[in-house]
Amino acid sequence: MTMPAIELRAVDKTYAIGRKSREVVQDCSFAVADGSFTVVIGPSGAGKSTLMRLIAGFERPSKGEILVDGRPVKGPGPDRQVVFQETALFPWMTTRENVAYGPKARGDYTPDARHLAARLIERVGLDQFQNKYPSQLSGGMQRRAELARAMVNRPRVMILDEPFRGLDAMTKKLMLEYYSALSRESKRTNLFVTTDVDEAIFLADRLLVMTHIPTRVRAAIDVDLPYPRQLAGFASDDRANDLKRQVLSLLHEEAARSFGAGGVAADFVAAYRSRMAEEST
Amino acid sequence: MTTDVLVGAAGETARPIRRKAAPSASARATRRALVAYAVVLLVWQLGATSRGWLGHPLPYLGNLPAPSAVLEAFRRLIVDPGYWQSGYASFVRVLTGFGAAVVVGVPLGLVMALNPRIRRVVFPVFELLRPIPPLAWVPAAIIFWPTQELSIDFVIFIGAFYTMVLNVLGGADAVDVRLIQTARSMGASRWNVFSRVVLPAVIPSIVVGSQVAIGVTWEVVVAAEMISGGGSGGGTSSGGGLGFFIWNSYVGGSYPQIVVGMISIGIAGYFSSAALRWTGGRLTRWAGARS
Repeated sequence: MTMPAIELRAVDKTYAIGRKSREVVQDCSFAVADGSFTVVIGPSGAGKSTLMRLIAGFERPSKGEILVDGRPVKGPGPDRQVVFQETALFPWMTTRENVAYGPKARGDYTPDARHLAARLIERVGLDQFQNKYPSQLSGGMQRRAELARAMVNRPRVMILDEPFRGLDAMTKKLMLEYYSALSRESKRTNLFVTTDVDEAIFLADRLLVMTHIPTRVRAAIDVDLPYPRQLAGFASDDRANDLKRQVLSLLHEEAARSFGAGGVAADFVAAYRSRMAEEST
Repeated sequence: MTTDVLVGAAGETARPIRRKAAPSASARATRRALVAYAVVLLVWQLGATSRGWLGHPLPYLGNLPAPSAVLEAFRRLIVDPGYWQSGYASFVRVLTGFGAAVVVGVPLGLVMALNPRIRRVVFPVFELLRPIPPLAWVPAAIIFWPTQELSIDFVIFIGAFYTMVLNVLGGADAVDVRLIQTARSMGASRWNVFSRVVLPAVIPSIVVGSQVAIGVTWEVVVAAEMISGGGSGGGTSSGGGLGFFIWNSYVGGSYPQIVVGMISIGIAGYFSSAALRWTGGRLTRWAGARS
């Protein structure tokens, strides 16, 4: 058996807020297989982003261990590249400067790296926009520039934290199909965070359904749908619908737990439940 | 009037990369500015000459020298080397004090933002001194500094300094942490993160701070010159700067000349702000690129 690309062992993360402390991640363990596309899905505010920051090495776990390729994470590194929720391109750099930043900053801007940067910019369809600043790009272009900027570092793992949130429905669909094809081609390990079930099932080899805060893995589900997948075909695909129902019911339980009992929240949950029942008939 | 034409021209340079605006937009802005100036001048002229056409002076306006009298004084002064020397003296002081505030304030703001320990030590002192108005420093400055000139420079420095520091500090605090994380995750050194990420992110704040600060320096220089009696020039008005020029005109009872002095400061302030705006626009092309 090959070593997992990422392994979490009983990870806890607690933040101190004044004198109180808030546990965001609790006893969280999972492994991400090398070359897999693993999607992390959970209710919003569950602590998924915290988990990603821990794996990226921006923060340290309070307890437990995070291993990448069997070595404990000591800080951020080029082997793990993060694509954030909203654009984090350097606003004062053009597309080309943004993409070339990583290799340049490491003093590693060899002809080879230069070539890779140029190829990636072309691959994400931005060669006409090389000399534009991020503010001159559309939302979808910004996301693609960011993917290129991350991939130019040849990361072991791509960590994508709801990268397509905030894009309009059409752009989002295109980006999903685009990124799915791109990652399938590269055989790179992907860790992708989302709250959207369709997005999750479309992309994933493996789904990790997370609990409400403090978060840990509620269920791991293998998504054995054949490639290439079609987002449009999901509505009529029985297997996809089964998976969707399974994930939704898990998510719903977690969401209901977060709402607690009584009041407006309970009404909302009841309404949601009856809508789900309708949909499944 | 020459100033009116320049108003429109300077206003257009603010955003170099802005997607081509309709040419009529700036023409309309210029036209509106011209109308505004004309209205102000007309009201002023009517008010100032109210004793003649109304029989008795209107309150406030009736005691002003008329624009025509000011224009006359201006025509006389524009060929007077003393007037230009006054303007030059004030300009040099503003530039010295402002330059010192940038040179000291920007690094101090950055150091406070990047090093919490230094911030905890320096910031309380900074906040205690900040409410002291620059003009309250005039007597102390005269005692501290060997020359009158240096005292005035120092007071101007005080006027611009706090604004610079606070803007840089605020700008550096507001740098998107994800940008720093991104840079670090790509293996950038601390120096690279500072020079390629933090510094460019702070530049817009430096530009805004400079524009506010230069305005303050023109307010301060005039008052400082009035209070200190104009510096090295002593008795003559030439070395005293525009503040002393105004004060001298007041003492000498030549009211149109006071107004000339005041307008000169307005124009000088306007152009120094415009110059900074232009420079700032060049430095932050990327920010102006949003359509």
